[in-house]
Amino acid sequence: MFWQQLINGIALGSTYALIALGYTMVYGIIQLINFAHGEIYMVGAFAALVFVMIFKMNIFLAMVLAMAVCLLMGVVIEFIAYRPLRRSSRLSALISAIGVSTFLSTLVLLIFGADAKGFPDHVFPVVQIHIGSAEISSLQLLIIGISALLMLSLEFIVHHTKIGKAMRATSQDYTTAALMGVNVNLVISFTFALGSALAAAGGVLVGIYFNAVSFNMGLMAGLKAFAAAVLGGIGSIPGAMLGGVLLGVVEVLGVAAGYSSYRDAIAFAILVGVLMFKPTGLLGQKIQKKV
Amino acid sequence: MIGEYLENLVNLVDAYYLQIFVNIGIAIILALGLNLVTGVTGQLSLGHAAFMSIGAFTGGILTIKLGMPFSVNLISSGLMAAFFGVLIGFPILRLSGDYLAIATLGFAEILKVILLNLDITNRALGLSVPLPNTPIPLPIYVWLTVLLVIAAMILIQNSRFGRALRAIREDEIAAETMGINTTLYKIQAFAIGAFTAGLGGCLYAHFIAYINPSDFGFSKSVDILNMVVLGGLGSIPGSVLGASLLTAAPEFLRFMERYRMLVYGALLVFLMIFRPNGLLGGVSVRQLVCKALGIKPRPRQSLSTDSNMEGRRVK
Amino acid sequence: MPLLTMERVSVRFGGLVAVNQLDLEVRQGEILALIGPNGAGKSTVFNLITGIYRPTEGTIRFREEMINDKQPHDIAMRGISRTFQTIHLFNELSVFENVLIGAHTQGKSGLFGALGGFLPAKRREERSLASLARECLELVQLDSKTEELAKNLSYGEQRRLEIARALAVKPSLLLLDEPAAGMNPQEKKELMELIRQIQASGISILMVEHDMKFVMGLSDRIVVLDYGAKIAEGLPEEVRFNPAVIEAYLGKGVSGQC
Repeated sequence: MFWQQLINGIALGSTYALIALGYTMVYGIIQLINFAHGEIYMVGAFAALVFVMIFKMNIFLAMVLAMAVCLLMGVVIEFIAYRPLRRSSRLSALISAIGVSTFLSTLVLLIFGADAKGFPDHVFPVVQIHIGSAEISSLQLLIIGISALLMLSLEFIVHHTKIGKAMRATSQDYTTAALMGVNVNLVISFTFALGSALAAAGGVLVGIYFNAVSFNMGLMAGLKAFAAAVLGGIGSIPGAMLGGVLLGVVEVLGVAAGYSSYRDAIAFAILVGVLMFKPTGLLGQKIQKKV
Repeated sequence: MIGEYLENLVNLVDAYYLQIFVNIGIAIILALGLNLVTGVTGQLSLGHAAFMSIGAFTGGILTIKLGMPFSVNLISSGLMAAFFGVLIGFPILRLSGDYLAIATLGFAEILKVILLNLDITNRALGLSVPLPNTPIPLPIYVWLTVLLVIAAMILIQNSRFGRALRAIREDEIAAETMGINTTLYKIQAFAIGAFTAGLGGCLYAHFIAYINPSDFGFSKSVDILNMVVLGGLGSIPGSVLGASLLTAAPEFLRFMERYRMLVYGALLVFLMIFRPNGLLGGVSVRQLVCKALGIKPRPRQSLSTDSNMEGRRVK
Repeated sequence: MPLLTMERVSVRFGGLVAVNQLDLEVRQGEILALIGPNGAGKSTVFNLITGIYRPTEGTIRFREEMINDKQPHDIAMRGISRTFQTIHLFNELSVFENVLIGAHTQGKSGLFGALGGFLPAKRREERSLASLARECLELVQLDSKTEELAKNLSYGEQRRLEIARALAVKPSLLLLDEPAAGMNPQEKKELMELIRQIQASGISILMVEHDMKFVMGLSDRIVVLDYGAKIAEGLPEEVRFNPAVIEAYLGKGVSGQC
């Protein structure tokens, strides 16, 4: 029973981790909580749905295209709603982000309606695989596998490419990086692109997993992923992965223990707890306030 | 006697317009409370609607179970919300900026989930609230409350207390070194914001006559934030204008009903980029009035810096 | 009896020792200058005294009372105020309101006082705070700019406004963090005059400053820090020719005046 819930938790948590990565990367570089990030995840799920249902595409192709759509969207959102505010206060940028979030979820509501939509049954063959007393479905394997693959690619990009080095430099010190010739605007766009593509992948996977895609799925998932990012230590990429998986496991175990009606409150309780007692999270670095 | 007279007066007004008028009043109360927290003190709260729900349910339950006089009921609702404001504010107000915003949102969602699971709030079914027993008609109650809240806000902004709040918004470290106990002041601002939200919630519950925890979610909080930002963060006339415009607009612009949230979202982005001070930010209403009347504005005494009338840039 | 004493105070940030076993004393009525190369820990000392940082070890006493674990606002209430090296004004507020906020320590009314703002007692308090603020602005010669926003002042004016705001706290100890930075010779001369006037009104001053002419011309005593530790202390003329000081500033093997 426990192992079964653990597997379910890791599968769910992997998707949180995918979204959490976007929050943590953007926050690491421009100290903005990209409030619209959850909506990008939602749009990703809808984009894949459209590709599968209308263009009859293979789910994997649909996912890649959905990632491309959201990648573009992330870059455009940053350009329109955040870039002009880079010199303004953080409050302005945050309010602008809330505006983008409201705009996107309403737009999708107007286009697709309020009812949850599902992927067709045959989109991915589901087989149960028995491991001891627990069983894992091929879908869960897919979710965990794709998430792991994407996260490894991200690690590679961040640590072994030139743009990755520029990202790390920018997150250390924005001004100095700019002075050293790093094209900071490009780095920021790239960060939004990466984060948004990962969120889209998360959206597609969750859409298939729960077989439900709806206009308001972004807010809650986004907030939970943010909680995961904070839990792991905001700004830390391994932290976001760890936080996501942990949060998924805790949530699933909580539901299994009979607190299903408090499901959404679990993530927030963790969020508030971490913020209050260890704001740097599990893997985050302590920041000394400057005077 | 007076009650009867007022009753007749209220009955003269077309029911449809009366409803809009009352909704505007409630919105003004909510916006002014959030303005104190976010506009004046600079602490972004994304959970204002949660305090509204506490007021709404406290008021509703008191009316249903105890049938107390409405005034007592109203004040209890405000106090209950303020109590929760302090309870929640105490641990989280040490957090800065965006962390605080997320924490308020987190608490608001937790509260919503809890209210949806309590028997006393009738769970997800919501609560029907009977008409309260009031000596004067409810719409008059609403607008009396509006006037009192406006007066209180003006007094607060013109005081040593209000100055301390503005100092916190501008520079928290400098405020501390000037002897301002920033944590204490932030909690007080938070409590007043929650108190007014509680008042607004109680009035709302009795006027709409039905409340459900889901009505007080994140989008309601964003609604209120929009009013404050549109009017100009920190500006009392701004909040009044913002609340009035955003409450009335969907009624008068039919197309707005469907696209309301779409427009609101775009509006927030647009305002932040092109007019971060909102409609009335940086505008001195007193000077405008003087100009309209053709009087030369008195040179300002240094004592009353008139800052309550001016929105300040978002910090 | 010294006004402020620091005894063997250290502060560490992670592995970095920013201040190391520092003994420091500010005497009643004096101007004490704290000098040292960049990164010597001077501003950290200010942050320790004003409660923004907590010492890792050692004690800080103000008027005999230990203030190690006091919050910055408590310390301000006890009579220590400061200016900042990087200007920390309330930018979007008027010059006058900046100083009125400085006068916060001199008032009492809180939330309920605010709601009774129309009462005579409250109006009296507001008037007395306003006249204190006006005095402070006159002293730094900003009384003609009361209604301007702080952010619209020139750099030198902003530095003077910080001083006025700190004076409105009615401190017995004033900490000035690089008050002359970015000022031209004329402004520096006026600033020296101003600081002497403040001293004459009975306020003790601890200042961090890089301009040696300014420091030598103004201070009663000088303390030199390097790598968070005290390397010299004494009258200006003693410190000026101290070999350890010259070495700290110019490096080994160089001799001559600084």
